[in-house]
Amino acid sequence: MTMTNKDAFISIQNVDKYFGKFQAIDKISMDIGHGEFFSLLGSSGCGKTTLLRMLAGFETPTNGEIYIDGQPMSEVPPHYRPVNMVFQSYAIFPHLNVRDNIAYGLRKQRLSKMKKYEMVDEMLDLIKLPEYGDRKAHELSGGQRQRIALARALILKPKVLLLDEPLGALDKQLREQMQLELRALQRTVGITFVFVTHDQEEALTLSDRIAVMSGGTVLQTDTPTGLYEMPQNREVAAFIGTMNFFEAMVDRVEGDTLVLDAKGLGKVSTTKGQRTTTKGDRFELAIRPEKLKISDTKPTTGACVEGTLENAAYLGERSHYYVRVDGQDTPVAVSAQNQKRVISSDQNAHSVWLTWDDDALVLLNDA
Amino acid sequence: MRNDVSYIKRPNRPLQVYAIIFLIVLYTPVLFLPLFSFNDSIYVRFPLKGFTIQWYFELWERAQVWNSLMNSIKVGICVSIASTGLGIFAAKALTNYRLPGRPSIIGFIMLPLVVPGIIFGVALLVLLSQMGVPLSLYTVAIGHMIVCLPFSIATLLPRFEGFDRSIEEASADLGENAWWTFWRVTFPVVYPGVVASLLLSFTISFDEFIMAFFLSGTEPTLPMYIWGQLRFPQEFPSILALSSIILFVSFLLVFIGQWINRDDAYGK
Repeated sequence: MTMTNKDAFISIQNVDKYFGKFQAIDKISMDIGHGEFFSLLGSSGCGKTTLLRMLAGFETPTNGEIYIDGQPMSEVPPHYRPVNMVFQSYAIFPHLNVRDNIAYGLRKQRLSKMKKYEMVDEMLDLIKLPEYGDRKAHELSGGQRQRIALARALILKPKVLLLDEPLGALDKQLREQMQLELRALQRTVGITFVFVTHDQEEALTLSDRIAVMSGGTVLQTDTPTGLYEMPQNREVAAFIGTMNFFEAMVDRVEGDTLVLDAKGLGKVSTTKGQRTTTKGDRFELAIRPEKLKISDTKPTTGACVEGTLENAAYLGERSHYYVRVDGQDTPVAVSAQNQKRVISSDQNAHSVWLTWDDDALVLLNDA
Repeated sequence: MRNDVSYIKRPNRPLQVYAIIFLIVLYTPVLFLPLFSFNDSIYVRFPLKGFTIQWYFELWERAQVWNSLMNSIKVGICVSIASTGLGIFAAKALTNYRLPGRPSIIGFIMLPLVVPGIIFGVALLVLLSQMGVPLSLYTVAIGHMIVCLPFSIATLLPRFEGFDRSIEEASADLGENAWWTFWRVTFPVVYPGVVASLLLSFTISFDEFIMAFFLSGTEPTLPMYIWGQLRFPQEFPSILALSSIILFVSFLLVFIGQWINRDDAYGK
């Protein structure tokens, strides 16, 4: 018997999942706190939906155990679990109207008809679809179905709400509106949300914490800012937003400062942190496009490197530049806000200077 | 007029003519049955003599007709319920689980559609007499089950395949076990297919002759009775009247079944 983390509301411990010989989940352990908006982020086939379905009880772990509210779940069938799910296809019952769809899970509670009506009306208000109770399932739009699916799950007051790409089928505008509403709803009801998505922007907007998954494993679990600002490895860094990568070798260690020789950037320094490292160790350095500054003239202070402007794209509020520097195969991406009027964004192949702050550099662990 | 129909929907004159000829050729012979059943003559020949409904009255008063009708209805009801019930299990198994060799399983189930009824009839007769089972309406029902099951499954399978599996998962997720999920979600969704299967297999059993010929004992089904009466020329107009009624009721049942099971039930 393993001890569960006391603060963890959901505790996933050493979970493996095989489908035949295919390993969908590879020894995942993670804890999700009470009332957290937790996202599983990854491209399709990374195992995120399988993990969610194991929380719901539709799949059983091959090895390992899942605890919800301290209770081991592997012997508990879906209909006894304190979780409810919003399906990717919404799974609205086609033969029932909206009211009966929402009240579906209430049968066992043996409530009076009046009480059920009241509860359904409350949910209809919550999802901002009052007066929709008598609509047939096929008379609903995608966004409305999505809300009914939410209401149908939330009326049972689950301890955890599982959401399987619930916004994937909506158009962009509706999706952005639903993101805000979902976040507000989660704060209102105060229960744990586990949210599966392949859309990094959506995950960053909504989540308290995000687990980035790939090939059945968790690459990194962190807050949105943590993932964006301090990715731990190349895959996470590349998956979330745009990132420039540079090979680097440790030149010397000066107390807490690490001086590296980076291909394309020259000598750079960054904080050592918890790492134990010596001269000659290889690392990968990363920096976000918007943390690089570009100028026509050589800056007077700080580290800088000279390059050739290969391409520029003017996007209104900001411009994207692609700068070729010595020692890098791919041009460095720079994103700069157009605070002054841009006169000549189309002047190709001219010399520019790139500068950065030392703390904008991210040292990746897995190079 | 030129631009208001799409390419695929534009009228195709030769095809329409063909369709009409097809329907005429298919149904004209059948229409002679009701036509002559109202003819005031025991001979089936033109010109028609006069209009009468006496043949229908004669039928009404014949106890044997009522007996064999009741036999056929009893067998039909049992067969349709049993074959639809088994069909539901089969369709659910075929759609819920990834069975190895699924296409060949379906092939085997559908086999009685192409194997001549006489072969199954003889085979069952041999088997039953070897087992010492006396021929009766029960043995007829067993024979009809074989004939009806493929039709039931062919009607039910698309219904079971045609809905989103996740609504059953949603039901489980909302707290219902497999039993309640079936009755609250699966059954209501496939219900039109179930009704269609009941009506279709009833009609098939009701009209079936070959199996009944081999497997019935002393109690005839309605087609058996009709066949027996064909020897007596004076009975022929009553048989025409009876056949006309069967034709009409069969058509009605199949039509109702297909209408309930139409694709846009639930607005899909």
